Amino acid sequence: MMINMVQALNQAMRQEMEKDLRVVVLGEDVAADGGVFRLTEGLLETFGPERVIDTPLAESAIIGASIGLAVAGLRPIAEIQFMGFIYPAMNQLISHAARLRNRSRGRFSVPVVIRTPYGAGVRALEHHSESTEALFCQIPGLKVAVPSTPYDAKGLLLASIRDDDPVIFLEPTKLYRAGRQEVPDELYEVPLGKAKIVREGEGVTIVAWGAMIPVAQVAAEMVEKDGLFPELIDLRTLAPFDRATVLESIQRTGRLVVVHEAPKTCGLGAEIAAFAAEKAIFQLEAPILRITGQDITVPLAKGEDYYYPRPERVAAGIKKIMES
Amino acid sequence: MIGQFDPLKGKRFQVLAEDGQANPEWEPKLSGSDLQKIYGLMATTRAADLKALKLQRQGRMGTFAPSLGHEACQIGSAFAVQTKDWVFPYFRDLGTYVTLGLPLKYYYLYWMGNEEGMHIPADLNIFTISIPVGSQLPHAVGFALAMKLRKEAAAVVAYFGDGATSEGDFGEALNLAGVFQTPNVFICFNNQYAISTPVRRQTAAKTIAQKATAFGFEGIQVDGNDVLAMYAATKEALVKARSGGGPTLIEAFTYRMGNHTTSDDASRYRTEDEINEWAQRDPIDRFKLYLKAKSLWDESFESRIQKKADEWINKAVAEAEETPPPNPDDLFIHTYKEMPPDLEEQLSELRESLKEERR
Repeated sequence: MMINMVQALNQAMRQEMEKDLRVVVLGEDVAADGGVFRLTEGLLETFGPERVIDTPLAESAIIGASIGLAVAGLRPIAEIQFMGFIYPAMNQLISHAARLRNRSRGRFSVPVVIRTPYGAGVRALEHHSESTEALFCQIPGLKVAVPSTPYDAKGLLLASIRDDDPVIFLEPTKLYRAGRQEVPDELYEVPLGKAKIVREGEGVTIVAWGAMIPVAQVAAEMVEKDGLFPELIDLRTLAPFDRATVLESIQRTGRLVVVHEAPKTCGLGAEIAAFAAEKAIFQLEAPILRITGQDITVPLAKGEDYYYPRPERVAAGIKKIMES
Repeated sequence: MIGQFDPLKGKRFQVLAEDGQANPEWEPKLSGSDLQKIYGLMATTRAADLKALKLQRQGRMGTFAPSLGHEACQIGSAFAVQTKDWVFPYFRDLGTYVTLGLPLKYYYLYWMGNEEGMHIPADLNIFTISIPVGSQLPHAVGFALAMKLRKEAAAVVAYFGDGATSEGDFGEALNLAGVFQTPNVFICFNNQYAISTPVRRQTAAKTIAQKATAFGFEGIQVDGNDVLAMYAATKEALVKARSGGGPTLIEAFTYRMGNHTTSDDASRYRTEDEINEWAQRDPIDRFKLYLKAKSLWDESFESRIQKKADEWINKAVAEAEETPPPNPDDLFIHTYKEMPPDLEEQLSELRESLKEERR
């Protein structure tokens, strides 16, 4: 069926809840309202208030209680309404979700999925455009996944729900209804930790994820007229990221561009660049390039376009790296 | 009984007066052997705690949080717990562990700095320690919610100190428990201090128990140096929780007789007079007076208990000290269920560098 990312994610939750009675959904406004972006629409009607749970407005309790539910044997999918509101729950994520397996020497595990919309480009209010994925990628014990298509969204979410470790599942707000794609009706997994080469190319590898994938795709098309054919990798899982695919690609192309909307300093691009330098610096023909958000507060709607990497900026970057 | 001791009216629940006389109205119906067992647990806990302190001074134990003075609230409450219930401890819970049957070796191992100490045997429904203050409370509520959804007739006990009641997680968790009517029993050991900060600087409320009112459920303040009061209050709250009556907040009004941890020096912030005054209310002494009046305690009973405790403790110390330190693999294997390739690589780098060093 041709569906958008919202429908694909909704379908994934619905089908997995039908199949696995341990799966419950909880969060602010997820039941009666179906979620502020309608991700959980219709789930209350099908599965009832015991499995689709509206919680008080308390992020730490939502994630903290999800930890308890998970340790007790359920598979909670917790929604945090926007990534910019997840910070009150950082203690629960860092101090407990990520470590309980280790602290209990494997007796307890925390198979929770924390879903949250993230990223700029939708002219939202302050705190609604954050892209702070790197904060989570540094925490041992957490996994971080980001889909960029409806197909990947469904498969990655199913893999995340079935994973026995906590997964932060970031949903690019800009791509929620950006386009439709053929998505199989059946259940399938897009494995965590596996990147996808979205576009094979030569001379340069672009590594990106989430809402930067369509941006990089447009940029790649823009530079075709200059005779450039960049390779594009969608990381899909940010922690742990697919180092093998990145390494194989840059060894072949000889150049690396990382595109992300998060601030530059200590963004995940820094880790990818360091990895590339450690493993393949002598095979690179040009300095690594990062095209990112700046180290500033994400601007409000009127200033958003200065911040967010646009196809023109990415295309200019590709041309620049090809000159060296 | 819980409803009859309204903290807002200044009521505090007590069974044993300071002279060891029991109030017949509230005296729990425990057999003589159970009463002696409780005494044994209290005496053993104290001995194990003092042993840990000695080991710490000798450099054989790391920093830990002594339980001295908490024997009544730890053991009285834990004695009411049934094996199907779950317990979420904080970090000053030796008597709770001893009562629930955790081999002492584990407790010593953990505070000696070995992760294996938190490898709690699978037949014990004890959650792991939570050191960030109050952060275990949402877990206890989530866990209890799962029990409620599965219609299990069991309860979840969560322990914490007075300082935890200032944390956001306290408010968020108890609020959630009230809204969802989860089978939780929240037990706050109000031992008057959070490190150096007295409870009057944590809250302007007269009691901690009364905070339950704002979350829409019952709270009761209990004499935390009265083991029978702690037992009776916890038992009632557990029965209520298991039968769908929702959560209860129990404030155990007690005193931390020792330092916050072995790294703390409490003489910097409290007076000798205050410590001496509370020493008069020693929970073990009070219970001893009660047992003595019932002819359940004499010197020979005491020496039997102490001898048994010493043997048990010495065996645990030996077992803990004989446990080998973790090897590098142990530190990596529980980060994820399956080790990601980059972590594999870091582990082999560590193995390699250790091999180099040994050369």
